[in-house]
Parts: sequence; C-alpha cells; structure tokens
Amino acid sequence: MEPHWLVRPRTIRRLWIALIAVLAATIAAQFVVDMHPHFGIDGLFGFNAWYGFGACMLMIVGAKALGLILKRPDTYYDTEEDRNGNG
Amino acid sequence: METASVFHPGLILIAGALVAAPLRGNLRQAATLLFPLFALFALWQLPDGAAWHLRYLDYELVPLAADKLSRLFAVIFTLMAFGGALFALGQKSRVEAPAALLYAGSAVGVALAGDLVTVFIFWELMAVGSTLVVWSAGTPLAWRASVRYLAVHLFGGVLLMAGIAGHVADTGSVAFARMALDSPAHWLILAGFLVNAGAPPLSAWLPDAYPEASWSGTVFLSAFTTKTAVYVLLRGFPGTELLIYIGVFMIFYGIVYALLENDMRRILAYSIVNQVGFMVVGIGIGTEMALNGAAAHAFTHIIYKALLLMSAGAVLYQTGRRKCTDLGGLFQSMPLTAVCGIIGALSISSFPLTSGFISKSMVAQAAADQHLLAVWMLLAAASAGVFLHAGIKFPWFVFFQKDSGLRPAEPPKNMQAAMLLFSALCIGLGVYPDPLYAMLPFPVDYAPYTGAHVVTQLQLLLFSGLAFFVMLNYLKRTLTITLDVDWFYRIAGARLVAVIGGLISRTLASGSAALARRSGALHATLLRQHGPEGTLARTWPTGSMAMWVVVLLLAYLVLYYIY
Repeated sequence: MEPHWLVRPRTIRRLWIALIAVLAATIAAQFVVDMHPHFGIDGLFGFNAWYGFGACMLMIVGAKALGLILKRPDTYYDTEEDRNGNG
Repeated sequence: METASVFHPGLILIAGALVAAPLRGNLRQAATLLFPLFALFALWQLPDGAAWHLRYLDYELVPLAADKLSRLFAVIFTLMAFGGALFALGQKSRVEAPAALLYAGSAVGVALAGDLVTVFIFWELMAVGSTLVVWSAGTPLAWRASVRYLAVHLFGGVLLMAGIAGHVADTGSVAFARMALDSPAHWLILAGFLVNAGAPPLSAWLPDAYPEASWSGTVFLSAFTTKTAVYVLLRGFPGTELLIYIGVFMIFYGIVYALLENDMRRILAYSIVNQVGFMVVGIGIGTEMALNGAAAHAFTHIIYKALLLMSAGAVLYQTGRRKCTDLGGLFQSMPLTAVCGIIGALSISSFPLTSGFISKSMVAQAAADQHLLAVWMLLAAASAGVFLHAGIKFPWFVFFQKDSGLRPAEPPKNMQAAMLLFSALCIGLGVYPDPLYAMLPFPVDYAPYTGAHVVTQLQLLLFSGLAFFVMLNYLKRTLTITLDVDWFYRIAGARLVAVIGGLISRTLASGSAALARRSGALHATLLRQHGPEGTLARTWPTGSMAMWVVVLLLAYLVLYYIY
C-alpha cells in the first residue's frame, strides 16, 4: 500500500526545507519590523530564536538527567491484583 | 433571608445534577445540556454587587454576589459545563454527568461567593463532585486514584477551614476580600488555595488522578478545580510576591515531567500545572496588567485545555489506548480530531491567531513593565517549553510519529461538534480578543498584535520546534513513569506504616511474653500458697485448730479487761 502522501520521504524532505525557510524568514523579519526591545538582552540579534532553541535544548537535557534518577517502569505502582491481570 | 429575586447560576447547575441523576436516555442528555444554558441565562440576569444576604449566627453571609472578576469565571465555568456535556453525551456511566454538573455548579458557587463561609461550602462540594467524576470511570485504578485525590483535597479543605476560622476569630468578619500574609490564619488560607491550584509540594495529585477518569471525565476535571483556585488567589492574594516563585516552579515542573511522560493524557495533566503556573506568576506580579493576564489566561486555558483533552478523549474512546508508545499515525483516519487537537496545541503554545497568544503574553508584558528581568527570561524560556512539551509533543506522538497501524474512525458527531465549538472559540478569541478583554476585571490597555510581538513569538516557537525535531531521539517514548511526590504517600507512607505496624506488633509480642513470664511467676506463687499442697490449703489436725481458737478467745478476754 502506498503510504499517505504526508509521510512519504519526499514530502518530509520538503517539509524540512519549508521549515528552514520559515525560520530564516522570521529572522529576516527583524530587519523590517520595529522591535523596541525592553531590557537590552532581548535586543541582541535573533534573541528569541537562539534563546528559545537553547532553552529547549537545556530543558530536554535537564529532563533527561532527572529521568535517570526518577524514571521507573510504568508497572511500578501496580498491585498484586494488577499483575495477575485483574486490573 | 432577604434576597434579590435572581436565581443562583451555581445552584441551577447543582439542581441539574439532581434532575439528571434519575433520568435516562434522551431526557438525561437534554437535562445535561439545558441546565448549563439556564445557568448562563441566570448569570446574565445577575446584577453587580451582593444579590443574596443571609444572617447566620452572628455573621452576614453573602451567598451570591457578582463583579467583573467573578462573572468572568462563572461564565467560563458554565460554558465549560455545556461544552463538556455535549462531548460526554455518549457516556455510559450514570454517575459521571450528574457529578460533573455538581462539580461545575460548585465551581460557579465559589466564583459567585461573597463570603468565606460560602467559599468553603462550595469548595468542599467541588471536592465531592470531582471525586465522583474520577471514581465513575469504574476501574480499580480510578477507584484507588479517587481515594488518593479525595485525601489530598480533604487535607486542603482542613487547611482552608482552619484558616477561615482563624481569620474570623482575628477580624470578626467573614467577607472575602484581599488578604495579606500577616497572620497564621492567612497563611493557612493561602495553603488551602494552593493545594487546589496544583502548587508544590502536592502537585502530584493532579497528574495522578485526572488521567484515570473516563474519556470524557478528564475533560471536566481539567477545567474547574485549578481555575477556581486561580480565582480565589486573584481575589484573596493579588501581588503576593511568594506566588511568583511558586508559579515559576510549577511552570518548569510541568514542562520537565511532561517531557518524560508516555501517557497522552498525563502529558496534558502536567501541562495544566504548567499553565496554572503562568497564572500564579501573574497573580504574584499583581499589577492590573498581570491580573488581567492571569484572568484572561484562565479563561482561554479552560477552552484550549478542554479541547486538547477532548481530542485525547476521542482517541481513547476510539482506540482504548492512552500510551504514546501504542499510538501514532492517527491523522490518517481521524483528520478532524487531529486538526482540533492541533488547534488546541497551537493555542496552548500561544501561537499568533490563537487564544493563548492574546492572554499569556499579558503576563510576560506585566513582568517586563515591572522590570522583572529574571522572571521575564524564565517566562520566555517557559513559553518555548510549552510548545515543546504540549504544542508539538502531544500531536506528534498521538497523530504522527511512527504508524501504529491503527485506523480508528472519527468519534461520534456530538464529540466532533464539541471539539469544533471549542476550536472555533480558540481561534475566534485569538483573532478578535476584544469581547474577552471587555470582560476582564481592569480596563485593558494592551495590543497583542504588534509586529514585534508576532515576530518574537514566532521566532521563539519555531526555533523550539526545530529543537524538538533535532532532539527527537532523546524524546523517544519509553514504557516508564516518573516518580513524583505522590511516591511519599503511595510507597514510603505504606512502607512506614508497615514498619511501624511491625514495631508495634513486635513490642506487643515481647510485652506479652514478659507478661506471660510475670503471670507464670504469680501463678506459681498462688499455687504454692493456695494449691492442693499449698501452705494455706493443707489439711490441718483438729487439735491445732482447737488450740488456735483458745488463743484467739484468750486474746479477746485480755483485750476486754484492758479496755
């Protein structure tokens, strides 16, 4: 069966290209829009782009690290009954 | 009881619960839809100010009062009761719909309460209604979760009751007005409010209980308890700086736990804590802009979070599955559900043209206006994180990612209608926010659609999206849960009880052994003195008997002569 057009490799490649083009466009828009930064740091070039990207990386890595300590199998809280298949 | 001749919208919903409970079939469905509409109408008739007065003991109670803030919350709670009922028409449980009406009615009751006693009564009714909603899912897991849920909320209620009693003792007034953290009573009231907001350290009750409700029950649960807490914090503790820190913690707690989560509805439950965190920060900042932002965000949040949980509920209803690892590729056979879910996801992420964009940004703006750089930076990072954990993660793992091979049909028409209604509200408010702004407690001087705001928000969100797909390998779902504070009362508490129980029974055992030794010795003594061969039980010769009688009689004679 032919996969749905949205999940074909060709479509996915095009979606990546489109995403990168849109990303570039949001940066480029800084040149035509009056940005009136409030603090100073938010006036740095492309602040929201790299800050958002960096913050997300940090949160993913941070979550991953926390997961090393706090992750458990999802049967962790099951009772004897659940394990015997009555849950 | 002197009252203006108006109906109480909350009591109308509670009456609806009583009417709907015994009904079946179409009549019952009609009741669950009509009573929210009656309540909305009554709300519309309600004048500003105190509408009902009641003298009880020595106190002036105001069970029904309205101003802009309470009206805003009462309107969204009632709308939610209607939308949720529309979604839940096909629910087989006979308990859930009436319980949801009771739950919604008591939330409206809190919003329209003019005094702390009324707040407390509806607060506890809300705990009853919501527990019934969780419990009515009818699974052993839901039963156990509902008991834990109730325990936490009754504890919160005790804190609140103690605080209110202290407040009344201190001030002699039951009026519900702004409070400062200047007495133990006010601290207790704040703590009671924060338990329901999902604040630390007890946040875990929310992601523990909500995802165990039925496919429709979680939709109701997402709306009322936490947002009622936001309402009472807005009224009681605006500008309390502590709330900024609590809110920031909630925001990042929600993001990190949601990133690690595999259950689609638990992801959304964590993101409730995250979103309520934004509101709590706004309340902590306390300026008119911030309070408007918190109130507006509560309003839009109820709509898009219900929408997200409706799309998750539709998936659960059609597939019976709730883990991301079991799902994927559903957009192919459930395109409408997927689109509605994506609209909810974009709204929660504050994408331009959705409702989140026009509400959440007011809180960030307030932080900037107050020159709170650190708070502003954290809020910006958190906005990126919201897109990460809810905006992309939820639709991606449920509707896209790998193809699970599942090809479920779209859900029944009423569920589609509810999703379309709430999607329309998300986009409608995003495009035309003026009606919402007009309902906010303070005059709004804020224009969300400036070039700079749209561009910065798009940069922030789209680059977060890039981060998601770059890091996709690190976000792969696993069959795991993440330990939370509920571990302390589910595992540690149980173990502690077992240890203490062991100690007690061992103490009892050694105690009874000692007792047995003592009583053995006593027994031996008794046996020696009184046993068959004991000193006092021996057979004595008659002669010695007669001699002792003579001795006694002589002693008697001697004593008689002396005295």
